[in-house]
Amino acid sequence: MSENDTMLSVRDLSVEYTSEGKVISAVNGVSFDLKRGRTLGLVGETGAGKTSTAKSIMRILPDISSRITAGEIYLEGKEILCLSEKEMRRIRGRKVSMIFQDPMTALNPIIKVGEQIREVIIQHNSISKKESVARAKEMLELVGISGDRYHEYPHQFSGGMKQRVVIAIALSCNPELLLADEPTTALDVTIQAQVMETIKKLKEELNTSMLLITHDLGVVASACDDVAVIYGGEIIEMGSKEVVFDNPLHPYTQGLFEALPEMEEDAERLKPIGGMPPDPSNLPKGCFFGPRCPHPGENCSTERKQLVEIEPGHFCRCGRALKMENSNG
Amino acid sequence: MAELIKATNLKKYFETPRGTLHAVDDISFSIDRGKTMGVVGESGCGKSTLGRTMIHLLESSGGTIHFEGEDVTRVNSGKLRKLRENMQIIFQDPYSSLNPRMTVEQTIMEPLTISGRFNKRDRIQETARIMDMVGIDRRLRLSYPHELDGGRRQRVGIGRALALNPKFIVCDEPVSALDVSIQAQILNLLQDLQSSNELTYMFVTHDLSVVRHISDDICVMYLGHLVETCSSKELFRNPLHPYTKALLSAVPSANIHKQQQRVILEGEITSPINPKPGCRFASRCKFVKEDCHQAQKLVEIAPGHSVSCCRVKEINNL
Repeated sequence: MSENDTMLSVRDLSVEYTSEGKVISAVNGVSFDLKRGRTLGLVGETGAGKTSTAKSIMRILPDISSRITAGEIYLEGKEILCLSEKEMRRIRGRKVSMIFQDPMTALNPIIKVGEQIREVIIQHNSISKKESVARAKEMLELVGISGDRYHEYPHQFSGGMKQRVVIAIALSCNPELLLADEPTTALDVTIQAQVMETIKKLKEELNTSMLLITHDLGVVASACDDVAVIYGGEIIEMGSKEVVFDNPLHPYTQGLFEALPEMEEDAERLKPIGGMPPDPSNLPKGCFFGPRCPHPGENCSTERKQLVEIEPGHFCRCGRALKMENSNG
Repeated sequence: MAELIKATNLKKYFETPRGTLHAVDDISFSIDRGKTMGVVGESGCGKSTLGRTMIHLLESSGGTIHFEGEDVTRVNSGKLRKLRENMQIIFQDPYSSLNPRMTVEQTIMEPLTISGRFNKRDRIQETARIMDMVGIDRRLRLSYPHELDGGRRQRVGIGRALALNPKFIVCDEPVSALDVSIQAQILNLLQDLQSSNELTYMFVTHDLSVVRHISDDICVMYLGHLVETCSSKELFRNPLHPYTKALLSAVPSANIHKQQQRVILEGEITSPINPKPGCRFASRCKFVKEDCHQAQKLVEIAPGHSVSCCRVKEINNL
């Protein structure tokens, strides 16, 4: 793999929030690479650090309460955490853009949807008003909304259509990297299917790379090339979709698959993961999953685990997975 | 009698400035004792309204609901209060459905106090028993909702619903606000309680894999209408209504080796205000013909499998 293939590279990223005097470690040393044109699914539960990771890449974490404490983020080989706000503004929306989770709050309620799309276009292109309006209408059409609705306000749209407006905004300057934060979670399944089709089609047309944040393994299976599972602000397993789905190695990943009710199979009882996710203001000393792990080992409660390549392209942060794999094969 | 609750031609309309909103339109079904009826549909299809109307939290606009042979829509308020002890609801959002100023113990104890059947000592004992039953550690009895995570809050909501040992519970999206690993815990709890307390559930959800897992029978709703109903197994093996087919195919599967044949629906759900007669799915249906704009009837196509679609036989080559 040459350097040029890598669109985004995140190295040892750590993010902390402070709230009521407590320090909350939301992201704890996250590293991953995203190759051009590929889709990486970042999977995890509430509070696992998915959104904080994406917001760090966009550099839109709230200044007052949060801080990137360590790490580097490279966009096409260029470090962006050291860029000035002015330089960053040229990247946001053009090179990298983000689809936010909740279409109800991501749009400005008192600005016409067309204008909200045009705002991004004129930020990055010096073109006439007429041209920019035409481009904004084109974007609406692209996501399946009639250009005639340019002058309508967000409240006149349904949830699915609002989310498509948010997608139109994100794609309006042909970004090379798209960060999609739970883009379909607020939507019904039939609308989710429409929106995912739209994103997939646009991605292929524009050869965009995508970081898709979701808690839904079904969405990962249908839309991603690679998967990273995040827990307690750490990536605990990573690899191509095929290796992770066919051979999940980390006990947490295994637990997630087992806890899922399946459409195709009958199961009398689900197998929940016991216990609760770790408290990010008081993380366990050793493995973050240790207290919930069905097969804890001796040093699991004392030793921080490293992400290890267990088979080519398949990384896991569990030494016991390594041993189990060896004894099996 | 196996049948615990039965709705006949149930209607719930809301008056809005723009006209009459048909949230539940002429729905009939029954649930047998100890069974779970799943109600699925997308947002705005009337499934939550149906759940609330079933236990008379909302007054119906027409039709009847018989609970153990008694018409719930016609009883006086004193009688209704007695009936309510047997009909409870678990709400979707464990954040907004608990009173933030009441402790876990107060919340679970409130129905016991209102019933007037327990003295103070019994109430405290009974509350502790319920907390054990729904898996809340007794040391949390003085905690407030904001101190609990979503899973524990939902357990409090379940404890409150079960306090008076009801026979029928409407579960209105009880796990959709929870993460997968916690969702499985709560679903297992609901199943355990069903067998130990002989409960009958009406399980309202938009999540098809959850509904398949927990239900014996399923009703599929679209814009206030019941479009298909049959056993859970039959529905997932052999969906007949074009909407059900599209709905099932839209769910992304976590199985990467299964090739999914997607039916991508065009358009979106139409307005439930002053709907036109005829099939409400017609505007998005690819099989639409003239007959579809006539009123549709729920017809039994196979034993126990009813569909409301005039073209169902042609479409499915029956």
